[in-house]
Amino acid sequence: MTESIEILAWSGCPSHDEARERLTALLHDLGRPDVEVRVRWIETEEEAREVAFVGSPTFRWRGQDLLPPDPATPVGLACRVYRRRDGRASPLPDPDDLREAVQRALSA
Amino acid sequence: MGYQIGDTVAPFTLPRVDGGELTVDPATAAATVVVFTANHCPYALAWHDRIQQVARDYADRGVQVIQINPNNEVTHPADSTAASAERVAAGHFAGPYLRDEPQELTRTFGAEKTPDVFIIDRSGTLVYRGAPDADYEDESQQARYIRDALDAVLAGQPVAVPSTPPRGCSIKWRTAEPTP
Repeated sequence: MTESIEILAWSGCPSHDEARERLTALLHDLGRPDVEVRVRWIETEEEAREVAFVGSPTFRWRGQDLLPPDPATPVGLACRVYRRRDGRASPLPDPDDLREAVQRALSA
Repeated sequence: MGYQIGDTVAPFTLPRVDGGELTVDPATAAATVVVFTANHCPYALAWHDRIQQVARDYADRGVQVIQINPNNEVTHPADSTAASAERVAAGHFAGPYLRDEPQELTRTFGAEKTPDVFIIDRSGTLVYRGAPDADYEDESQQARYIRDALDAVLAGQPVAVPSTPPRGCSIKWRTAEPTP
């Protein structure tokens, strides 16, 4: 069975293409191009509540958030705010954080 | 449709998030930068410090930088007037931070994203609309599009690049309008 990392994305936030490109490149870089990248669109507040969506993009592996959010992060349709390692806000995770999270997940 | 490059931008009055009102009249400044922004949006946050630095760097040249939060605070509580006032109190803004709860001014401008930047010269003419610079991740860009437009306006020259695509979060409208 093909393993996959799911990107939960909302079309109101423009970061989804970049998220998919970076994750795909990372999987190739890690020697795991066999891991599929799937995008699941979340387009209503109801869907957001159903899957506890805290913003676009959210990366999930086997149903678990690869980069767990602060528990206080509200659920809903929004662009997700990530923090880079230097403290800056960003629409995408720090590349090193994503790499470590994916490596950890794939080796578990 | 909103303002197009070359249109005359009318003076406007909005409440400040920290109390009172502010009337913005382009005729009172060498140039006016209007930035539609948000508290919850990572793009707005990523560009935020660069925009504040523009406000500080150009203040003594008669440029006013006005930031406006237009978002629906019911669906996005982080963009409420109270949350916005907290950011002002914390010193996060180098200029006035206004609130457009009715979203009428936002529609008049035709803003679509946060951030979405509009630059108006002293005659009231819109001379730039778009992104602060080419890359939200690259701090060395220093809001180059804004700076280049301001330098041209202050020199009495036409703006070489008067329009770029705004990039960021969609405006969170109060009504069920389509979200781009």
